[in-house]
Amino acid sequence: MNREIAVVAFAQTDHRRTSEEFSEVEMLMPVLHEVLAQTGLKTADIGFTCSGSSDYLAGRAFSFTLALDGVGAWPPISESHVEMDGAWALYEAWTKLLTGDADTALVYSYGKSSPGPLRDVLTRQLDPYYVAPLWPDSVALAALQAQALIDAGDTDEPALAAVAARSRTDATANSHAQLRGSVAHGDYVVRPLRTGDCPPIGDGAAAVVLAAGERARELCDRPAWIRGVDHRIEAHSLGVRDLTDSPSTRLAAERAGAFERPVDTAELHAPFTSQEVVLRKALGLDDGVRVNPSGGALAANPVMAAGLIRIGEAAARIQRGESDRALAHATSGPCLQQNLVAVLEGDPR
Amino acid sequence: MPEVLKAPLAVEFPFTRSLGPVQSAFLTGLRERVVLGVRTGDGRTLVPPVEYDPVTAEEIRDLVEVAPTGTVTTWAWNHAPRRDQPLDTPFAWALVRLDGADTALLHALDAPGPHAVHTGMRVRVRWAEERTGAITDIACFEPYDGDPAQPTGADREFEDPITGIVAPARLDYTYSPGRAQSAYINALAEHRNVGERCPSCHKVYVPPRGACPTCGVATSEQVEVGPHGTVTTFCIVNIKAKNLDIEVPYVYAHIALDGAGLALHGRIGGIPYDQVRMGLRVEPVWTEGARYPDHYRPTGEPDADYDTYRELL
Ligand SMILES: [Zn+2]
Repeated sequence: MNREIAVVAFAQTDHRRTSEEFSEVEMLMPVLHEVLAQTGLKTADIGFTCSGSSDYLAGRAFSFTLALDGVGAWPPISESHVEMDGAWALYEAWTKLLTGDADTALVYSYGKSSPGPLRDVLTRQLDPYYVAPLWPDSVALAALQAQALIDAGDTDEPALAAVAARSRTDATANSHAQLRGSVAHGDYVVRPLRTGDCPPIGDGAAAVVLAAGERARELCDRPAWIRGVDHRIEAHSLGVRDLTDSPSTRLAAERAGAFERPVDTAELHAPFTSQEVVLRKALGLDDGVRVNPSGGALAANPVMAAGLIRIGEAAARIQRGESDRALAHATSGPCLQQNLVAVLEGDPR
Repeated sequence: MPEVLKAPLAVEFPFTRSLGPVQSAFLTGLRERVVLGVRTGDGRTLVPPVEYDPVTAEEIRDLVEVAPTGTVTTWAWNHAPRRDQPLDTPFAWALVRLDGADTALLHALDAPGPHAVHTGMRVRVRWAEERTGAITDIACFEPYDGDPAQPTGADREFEDPITGIVAPARLDYTYSPGRAQSAYINALAEHRNVGERCPSCHKVYVPPRGACPTCGVATSEQVEVGPHGTVTTFCIVNIKAKNLDIEVPYVYAHIALDGAGLALHGRIGGIPYDQVRMGLRVEPVWTEGARYPDHYRPTGEPDADYDTYRELL
């Protein structure tokens, strides 16, 4: 692995409860144009394109093929898709660039959750024999994890409320965020989680451009070099796992090199307040690390894009000179089932 | 911006799934009021059972019976049950470690309120009245004050084992086609065909999707096309579709409306199916009150010259 690869551009939509006036491609296209404009690249200049999305969100089969209309696939392009958060599409693009087959990559992802009942939709990713027939919704499963943390003495309801308040206060500086500023902690959705502990449901999209070596330096004043990326998964059955820990996150972080030197920033994909508690513990983050200065997924959680946005936010912070070494985390599935960790660095100053 | 269309969309499917030997034994056991786990190489008992050790990935087949009583390892109070969840009155979701098991099973726990539930509480299985060999054969758990129940000692080989489950799934959406397609559908209701021109390559897309797939740029300039068009290619449909009252055989065709940069699909009527041909000139036929053309029929014009539509094939 002797190629250096960096995030050189990042763009995201304003995340909103609904984007019904736009089709998926109409929602996505401005982000694609913006991220290309940041680098001056045209579609034809991009070596590899990879996207992440899920047909279940909007209830449309093969919706990624229509979203591809926004890329401009002529002359024919080298393209791939993951039925996952865009962070995993970025992982695929990163490995493609590592092979030397391409020097630049466009990664994008989007989620239009507004047409469907998201809590029910997400039950369809559960074990189809033992769990999905019971329709346990995404908040219910997160609430089981939250109660396990409370029982273990790792947190309590006021501490969770503080996570929510800090995230939404930080999000006041993020014009794209859906929930900003003072947000009522609200009533229980599924106890012990209240509305304030849960992410907003919304539509949104994000895009990132990756470039290798000197190409990255040509395209960006301060590239966010990806020092490592790794992703791991927990045992499928929730009842096998210790829900208060995330060994898969820790292992992914270790393999991505996160523990070699301290990070100053961590963008954690923690849709529920309780999940930030799990991730901080798993990653050994102390109070010296700036966690989710963007507001994180509690401020905007466009499903399938929120993980890629964590990488984009961490990279943008490096590009702006506000961070020198950042950790970005993405998750997928119930109770932090699958976890991806990327470590990003700016050139020494 | 004109009104964007919306409509209900239900996606419904009965997923038919086959079972492996361990899942078959477990779900058949539930039908017979017996809970089976599977033993791993290091002696742990997994309930619900799986076919491969989640740590070592070793194949595991050693079935053991566990008790229908157990202990809550974590829980969450669900005051507003959602459609298809196990109970329609407020209940707790719970992970329950059955007596004799080392892992926990997710299910519903019927309790009077959150005050009556705590981690570590004792519960037992409440069996469903009618059992078919599914996880829902456990109706739910209920509070239980006693000692661990004894396993039944049932044979682990059941008569008439189930080999598959049918898991129906339904999700309800509110579908919106977005700006460009709403404009197209609204125009159709006025018996007009409206496409959008790409500002870069100038091709006119019908129906428009808001983007030029070749150039990757937004389209917005509306262009009225048709109403006449040319059959560019076609097929003859010989099998009657379910719930469709169109007599077979009929012709389904690609039709290049005049002024359009690509062909759309439509049914050809008003002419015997075996007389439809490439180059046939057609026009849309709207039926009373319809929001879209029912079919296309010949205009009577001479056939179009091949060179006029060869690029649109
Ligand atoms: Zn074009």
